[in-house]
This record gives sequence, C-alpha cells and structure tokens, in this order.
Amino acid sequence: MKPAYYGKAPTTLMPDAAVLSIRNVSKTFGQRRALDGVSLNVTKGEMIALIGPSGSGKSTLLRSISALQTIDAGPGEIVAFDGPVQKDGKIDSNVRKTRTRIGMIFQQFNLVGRLSLFTNVALGSLGRISFWQAALGLWPAETKLAVMAALHRFGVSDYATQRANTLSGGQQQRGAIARALVQKAKIILADEPVASLDPVSARRVMEILRELNKTDGLTVLVTLHQVDYALRYCDRVVALKAGKVVYDGPSDGLKREQLIDIYGPEFEDVFWEGAPT
Amino acid sequence: MTVQSGAIPPPPSRTLLQRLPDLALWGGLIVLLMVAFGPAEINKLPLLFSKSENMQQFGSEFLKPDFTDWKLYVGQMWLTIQIALWGTGLAILAAVPLGLLASRNMSPSFIQIPVRRFLDIVRSAPDLVIGTIFIVAVGPGPFAGVMALAINTSGVLAKLFSEAVESIDRGPVEGVRATGAHKLHEIVWGVIPQVAPLWTSYALYRFESNSRSATVLGLIGAGGIGQLLFDSLNGFAYSRTAAIVVIIIAAVSLIDMLSQAIRSRLL
Repeated sequence: MKPAYYGKAPTTLMPDAAVLSIRNVSKTFGQRRALDGVSLNVTKGEMIALIGPSGSGKSTLLRSISALQTIDAGPGEIVAFDGPVQKDGKIDSNVRKTRTRIGMIFQQFNLVGRLSLFTNVALGSLGRISFWQAALGLWPAETKLAVMAALHRFGVSDYATQRANTLSGGQQQRGAIARALVQKAKIILADEPVASLDPVSARRVMEILRELNKTDGLTVLVTLHQVDYALRYCDRVVALKAGKVVYDGPSDGLKREQLIDIYGPEFEDVFWEGAPT
Repeated sequence: MTVQSGAIPPPPSRTLLQRLPDLALWGGLIVLLMVAFGPAEINKLPLLFSKSENMQQFGSEFLKPDFTDWKLYVGQMWLTIQIALWGTGLAILAAVPLGLLASRNMSPSFIQIPVRRFLDIVRSAPDLVIGTIFIVAVGPGPFAGVMALAINTSGVLAKLFSEAVESIDRGPVEGVRATGAHKLHEIVWGVIPQVAPLWTSYALYRFESNSRSATVLGLIGAGGIGQLLFDSLNGFAYSRTAAIVVIIIAAVSLIDMLSQAIRSRLL
C-alpha cells in the first residue's frame, strides 16, 4: 500500500512495518571515522543488540538516531517512523516531535540528580503537555498517574519522592526506563544500559527491556558490551567494527569465528558468564 | 597483566630549563614589589609606631561610642540593607538570562562572546561612578543606590552564573532533550536544578558584599547609614561615628553569618 501524500514527494519511502531506517550514515570525529557508511533497517517489534568493541561506533549510532549529535554531510540520512531525523549533516526542524516517540536510556542513567525520581519520570511528558505546564512543572493528572504506574511496574514506586542521586544505579536505570514509558515511546534506544550496573541489577534491567518488547510491543535497540546478554535477550544482532556493519543476522547465527573476527582472539573477555565453544 | 622486565625507570625530574618559567615568575614578582616600594610609601611604616600617641588620642574618643541616637542609626542601617536587598534582587533577575546567554554550552558563539564582552564592561564600571550617574538622573536618595548596586552586581553574577552553567554535566540535559522537550524546558529541568545550589550561594554572597557596598554608597548621597557615617565623620563627632561603625559591623556580620548558614545547608 502506497502512502498518500500531497505536494512534494518525500525523497524517502520506508518499507511497510519499518520504524527506523538508517541509510549510508557516516560520522567523523576529527581524523577518526566513528561510523562508515552504516545502513540498517529496523522493523516494528524487533529487539536488536548492537555489539562491537569499544570505539566501534555503537554509541555514536544511537546518539545519531535520537539526534543528540549530527552525522556527516553527504548522502546519509536517518528516518524514524515517517519523519526524517537528520539528513546531509543537518538535524530536521521537526525532530522534537520524532524524539517524543523514541525513548533513550543511557549508561549513566542521565536522570537529573537533584530532582525527585517522580519529577524525573514526569519529564517524559514534556513533549506532550502544553508549554507552560511543562515550564512550571504543573503535571496533568494523566501524567501523574502514568508516572506512578510506571514506577510501580518496575518496583521503584517507594522511592518516588527521593532525589534521584540518592538511589542505586539499578533503581536509577529503572527510573530512566519509566521515563521512556511515560514518554509513550514506541522505540527504545538503550546505550550500554547495564554497563554501570552489578550483574543482578543488569539482568533485571535486561528482563524489563525484554518484557517491554514482548508485552508492550516496543521496538528495542540496545548496545551491549556483554555478548552473552546480546545472545540471551535479543533476536537479532548487529555487530559493528571500526564503524562498519560486519554482522547483521539472527543471534544464534553468531558463531565463534565471527566473534573472533569482531573482537579479536581475546573475545572471551566480552562474556560475563562464559563464552560459546 | 604481564610482568614488565628490565630496569625500573628513574623518577621524574625537571631540568633547569623547565624550571626557568617558574623562576622568572617569582623573580618578576619580587622585582615588581621592589619597584612599588617607593611610590607606595612603604618607608613610612615606622611612623605607625613613632607617632602612636596621635592614634591613641584619636582612638580614645572612639572607645566611647555615643548611642543616644541609636534608633536613627538602626533605622538607617535597615534602609541600607533594603537598598542591598533590592539591588541584589534586580541583579539576579537580569543575571539569570544574561548568565545563560554568556555560557559557551548554552548559546552560539555569535551571542555568547558579545554578551561576555558586555558583561566585562558592566562589571568594570565601579559602583560609585554608576551611583553618581543615577544621582544625576533620578536625584539623590536610596533609588540611585539600588540602581548602582543592581548594575554592577548583574555583571558579576551573570559571569559567575555562566561559569556554573559551563561546568554542568551534559548527561542529564541530554536525558531531558531525548524526551522531545523544548530548548527552554531543557534549561528549566536539565540545567537549573544542577546549578541551583551554586547560583543561590553566589547570590547570597553578593547580598553580603552589597550590604557592605551600600554603606559606602552613602558617601555620594545614596542614603542609608553611610550618609550618616560620613556626616558625623566630617563633623569630627568621633563618638557618634564609633556608634555607627559598631552598628554597621554588627549588621554586616549578622548578614554574613546568616547567609553562610544558608549556603552551607545548600551545598
């Protein structure tokens, strides 16, 4: 089915059910190529792990998708839903609207430490409520209920009134996921969400992401440093090496040889709980 | 971890050439102090002791403070504090937007750099000069004092505010941005909570120093206790002067202690 449009034809068309399309994206920091012609299509409801050694461009790719940084000028573009995020090195002027549908989870949680957990999660509604409500923190009843429901769901509602910086890493990360839920995000981008957590909290966070994918139908794109987590929780794995996609396929297709190719002969180091033989 | 083989490298040491900049700096400072010795009349230092009987006579009058008009003094002190309060309050109102505009991580350089230069100019104009200009414009009295303090303080506070903003953690701001928030909401929710303790601390500190400056502004006719102080000093009424000084010291230390107590709770 072709979408109906008026006036100027969009330069880009997305295949049906695709929610995210990354086409030929490059990003250079000084002399270093962080992304080198990366293309990736993400379909609704997928759970994808983005793996690769440090500096392979995983975080750069996620940050480009939420337009927290620009990509290089050139043919590269990123499209989320039907809205362009950025193209030819320029962030689209409507990006705020697109961002409200993309939740971002960070390695360092990025909650505002001096605000309460409740307020931090309520910030998820900033893009949806009126300008003055948002500026003055007059959260509508609908937001308040959504915040408490999300906090309750992830078992941190007891800490709602506590300052975020008094909470443990795992509690903060669950708060950050609750913020994405209040945001009503359809895609969740998680940038090393478990790298700063202890193994128990890490598993809890990964299980929450998996549950959001399975029961809420959210599309999840998660960068992981622990390959065993990628294999256990994700259906599809995309591996980056020096800014290029070197593997894109089902997680059970990722064998020893590919891992050696991606991480080098010391690849066992990237497994927390034992490498495949 | 692999075990390193070979000799242990020697500890770091600096050659004479590397020490030269340090030596030049300290040497230059000593030369500068020696050059300034004559013009600053430091050779008069012994006079402090040889003419001590003059000081004793002067001091003995000071030791008998005359508090008969204390109600007037306290009233004028309160007026001075109110001048400082409004001078600082108006300055904070101006310094919040100016401070954000002057921050490298908040506004583009074609705004940030001119705002910085503008603040430099505002800051470098002394209170007394601005006060005199306002006395010409609005007549002598407390309002001229308020404006003099407000202008100078907004320059200082805006610079301090912008430095606080430049040292914030980008992460929480990006966290707010990723929700699709407006740029202003990023500032309200991502930036302000991070700088709030420092900003409050700077503003309180400026209130402290403004209540001292407001006293000096009395000199040019901006009202308050300062005007009384200079009137009695010019009338050689040293006992009255002493009483006024005691009240100023008491009030200023009270404000100091109060704002320090508040600041230590904030940080």
